[in-house]
Amino acid sequence: MRKDYKLEKRKYVIGGFVLLIALIYVGRLFDLQINDERYKKSADTNAFLHKTVYPSRGLMYDRDGRLVVYNQPAYDVMLIPRDVQPFDTVDFCNTLNITPEQLRRRFADMRDKRLNPGYSSYTPQRLITQLSTEDYGRLQEKLYRFPGFYIQKRILRQYNYSAAANVLGNLREVSQTDIDKDPYYSPGDYCGDLGVERSYEEYLRGVKGEEILIRDSRGRIQGRYDGGAHDVEPISGHDLTLSIDIELQEYAERLMAGKRGAVVAIEPETGEILCLVSSPTYDPRLLVGRHRGENYKALVNDPSLPLFDRALGGAYPPGSTFKPTQGLILLQEGIITTSTTYPCHGGYVNGGLRVGCHAHGSPLPLKPALQTSCNAFFCWGFKAMIDRRGKYGNPANAFEIWKKHLVSMGYGYALGVDLPHESRGFLPNAKFYNKFYGEGHWSANTVISVAIGQGEILATPLQIANLAATIANRGWFITPHAVKAIQDTVLPPQYSERRRPTIDLKWYPEVAEGMRMAVTGGTCRRAAIPGIDVAGKTGTAQNPHGRDHSAFMGFAPYDHPKIAVAVYVENGGFGAVYGVPIGSLVMEKYLCDSIHPSRQYMEDQMISTTLPYSNAKR
Amino acid sequence: MRNDSSPSVFRQIDWPLVIIYLLIVVAGVFSIYAASYDFDEASIFSFDEFSGKQIRWIGLGLVLGCVVLLTDYRVFETYAYLIYGILLVLLLVTPFIAPDIKGSRSWLVIGPMSLQPAEFAKVATALALAKLFNGYNFTLKGRPGNYLRAVALFVVPILLILNQNETGSALAYTALVLVLYREGMSGLILFAGVFAVAVFVIAVKYTEELFLGIPGGEFTVMVLVMITMVIMAFIYGRTMEIARNLLAGFAACLLIMWVLGGLIGLNMPGRAIMICIVVAGCIYLAFEALKRHISSLSVPIVTAVLAIGFMFSVNIAFDQLQPHQQQRIRVVLGIEEDLRGAGYNVNQSKIAIGSGGFFGKGFLNGTQTKLKYVPEQHTDFIFCTIGEEEGFVGSFAIIALYMAMILRVIAIAERQPRPFGRIYGYCVASYIIFHFCVNIGMVIGLCPVIGIPLPLLSYGGSSLWGFTLLIFILLRIDAARKSYS
Repeated sequence: MRKDYKLEKRKYVIGGFVLLIALIYVGRLFDLQINDERYKKSADTNAFLHKTVYPSRGLMYDRDGRLVVYNQPAYDVMLIPRDVQPFDTVDFCNTLNITPEQLRRRFADMRDKRLNPGYSSYTPQRLITQLSTEDYGRLQEKLYRFPGFYIQKRILRQYNYSAAANVLGNLREVSQTDIDKDPYYSPGDYCGDLGVERSYEEYLRGVKGEEILIRDSRGRIQGRYDGGAHDVEPISGHDLTLSIDIELQEYAERLMAGKRGAVVAIEPETGEILCLVSSPTYDPRLLVGRHRGENYKALVNDPSLPLFDRALGGAYPPGSTFKPTQGLILLQEGIITTSTTYPCHGGYVNGGLRVGCHAHGSPLPLKPALQTSCNAFFCWGFKAMIDRRGKYGNPANAFEIWKKHLVSMGYGYALGVDLPHESRGFLPNAKFYNKFYGEGHWSANTVISVAIGQGEILATPLQIANLAATIANRGWFITPHAVKAIQDTVLPPQYSERRRPTIDLKWYPEVAEGMRMAVTGGTCRRAAIPGIDVAGKTGTAQNPHGRDHSAFMGFAPYDHPKIAVAVYVENGGFGAVYGVPIGSLVMEKYLCDSIHPSRQYMEDQMISTTLPYSNAKR
Repeated sequence: MRNDSSPSVFRQIDWPLVIIYLLIVVAGVFSIYAASYDFDEASIFSFDEFSGKQIRWIGLGLVLGCVVLLTDYRVFETYAYLIYGILLVLLLVTPFIAPDIKGSRSWLVIGPMSLQPAEFAKVATALALAKLFNGYNFTLKGRPGNYLRAVALFVVPILLILNQNETGSALAYTALVLVLYREGMSGLILFAGVFAVAVFVIAVKYTEELFLGIPGGEFTVMVLVMITMVIMAFIYGRTMEIARNLLAGFAACLLIMWVLGGLIGLNMPGRAIMICIVVAGCIYLAFEALKRHISSLSVPIVTAVLAIGFMFSVNIAFDQLQPHQQQRIRVVLGIEEDLRGAGYNVNQSKIAIGSGGFFGKGFLNGTQTKLKYVPEQHTDFIFCTIGEEEGFVGSFAIIALYMAMILRVIAIAERQPRPFGRIYGYCVASYIIFHFCVNIGMVIGLCPVIGIPLPLLSYGGSSLWGFTLLIFILLRIDAARKSYS
């Protein structure tokens, strides 16, 4: 019965020690559970897999309801690195038909912060993109053997026609810049690149949905969170009806084969673009699927610039297709009347300057001047306007008036087509010349070449086609656009508003008639289509890149125009050689659906001709 | 005296402890059910579920408890060494006859049950230790031989269990030093232990240079040593003067060093200077000890020398640990932020508990534990489920229950008329204290991850039965205490 009372006090030390620890633990729990919100967030990202459900992207139909662009499912192999456990790589590689070396590469690329700045071992990462349906099926069956992996269904584009790549555009993976600009995107998403895919991206893409799944620590899905009550259904994108006639587009692309240049056809009444050809072109299917990367690289490096849309991005000297604008301005400004004549003896000769012309009657008024594409007439007219100090004070003022009219006709600025990368062309202004020649040191003769669409003037084939449409409408146009209708919503209003140039309506028939005469008995007789009245204007544009460019613009039928067209063939020589036949064949194809037997040779000739180009980049 | 094994024993037992025991065990069943609940609603009683199995273990455990209560209390004392011997033999042979389960050969398979002898050896060791101290005139004071015998009693099972690769279970026996402390072991040794752990932690954790080439940890430890020397000089020095001089000397030296090295940027061998300062302190103390004939002033000198020596050997000692143990220690000290490897468990359990908030997510509504983010959630990490589903309130309640149990066991131990009962009671308390501190400490990220269960709450038959036996034997001994008075 020993009891050491001194030692008994030690029970307080031991008890106190335990209580102290308990107190520390309670404090720590308070900190974890009540103080620190961080753990609640971690818990959510831990247990909930927010799986994106991609909406079906809007389809594209042509103006006649033919399906042009549709979707096909593709499957990406996703993984959450943290959840991946050692797995049978040989089995994995065999299932997907890849070599272990490729798999290792993919893992290395995925972890490379430079290639994949969004890498985190906690978030879903894309390992392999766009599995074929067969690979998908095989992997799906074995997926349970690869914890941490899952399959994400994606939407890829597929094309019924190999044409119109420049109009349709394609899809690419979003860049970091896209993500920064638009919070809709997250890494690995696709967005439209080029063409309609790009400009109508917000209509086409729809709204992403989200599935909230509960998963365990191995990434195994345990079911839907709350029975799917918090899931968000994806909303499909809007389908688009293009204004393009896909068969006409195909046909025009065929005619342009082997030649560089552009064909633009517009329905004058609506401003709808019927075809928009940039040549050389490429098969849009090249930019789909797992080989997109290498194909894209090849296209980018191709010296003929197939990815560059010449129809609206190419700025060319319009040459003689510019002359109708000159006639309209001169009439509007009262410089000439319909009967004013100017002489032409092989060209415009004034003040030591000579602009050559070809043989035709002289002197002549506006309509025959258009018919014969007389350089002298338009040079005299231009000189008469610019140098009329009595009316304008000085050449600079006169030039600004001249320019203002052209701008109203759609030159010098982008027209506002619903496609990306439209060039504005180029119109010099008085300031430009003041700077170049010095103020007061230039006059009409100094800049005379602009009167015939040469010199500093540059226009896109789209602008030229728009001029044809304006003349076809006898004085107005609607901003050209490639999309006719958007499902469940309306087109932006600017694509139904008439735009009026600053030229009185009464002058247009004069110019139209001159263009009609060019077909019946002038420079573009080859544009004549049996049974249809065609009006047209050739263009032969000198340029610093070798042989003249061959251009044509026109419309038909003359009285109730259904199509206006512009053709531009780089280094094609005289307008009549390539521009006229291609333009008229396109119009004939559109209006008659077939080519008259008497013109069949022309078609064959165009399709089979290949022009030689040096591969130096423009 | 022999008629007390009658049913009247139930009137004698300490019901508060029984009630606390039952509360913890029932909380365990619900927590285990919640932890292994898998969205398809299986019954809590289903024997396919861990909870159902645990109920079976509890039922059999209670039968075992009743058998203990109906046993003559003297049996435990009489056969203490025999039981201890049998268990040691069992521990010895276990690795040779046990199947390999998760790299550990510590489970004996008997029919449908797997049992861990290590858990039952706790009971045997407690009994043996109690019997040793109960010997006539047994005392620790001034008897190194007795120390040795007492320590040997629990070092032998530690070695045998380490041999089974069950580091956690083995470490639990070290808690028995608390018993030695209660029975007269110098508090200095306990203090030295705590101090050593602190030095270890600081030295291993802060290895970045502070200034003059001294790592922050080393600097801190040396300053701590100086403070300890001053405090000890105050306690053992009889006059304030020695401590005051020492304090002034240390402060002056550190100040000069800081001004020259830290402010002016003079290049000096910082570590050597710090050691010189401590050595100078020791010389001063030795001088005072001789001058004033105060031999106890050797305590601070020895402490300083041992502490500094210990600090420099920490790195060497640290290298002796197995890589995964080194890593666990580094992670828990926050040196390594390895969320996938060793830190994963701790991080996930912190997330689970932290996401519980004040009131918790509600029974069966936890996501972290249910979705198996937390490993070993029904065994070692069972506290996560409580933290997540029952929140701060539930966690607090569980901690309070353990506090009540530990304090109750201490109270029972203290009221025993014979050393046997008291020592045994303190052994029980020590085991629970160790398991409680280490288990909850690791789950909330304050201790290294050492795989030991939360007593009576974690799933597992051996641990449950082990602690049940520990408590019911205590109840039995306590119920008989009046027989002596």
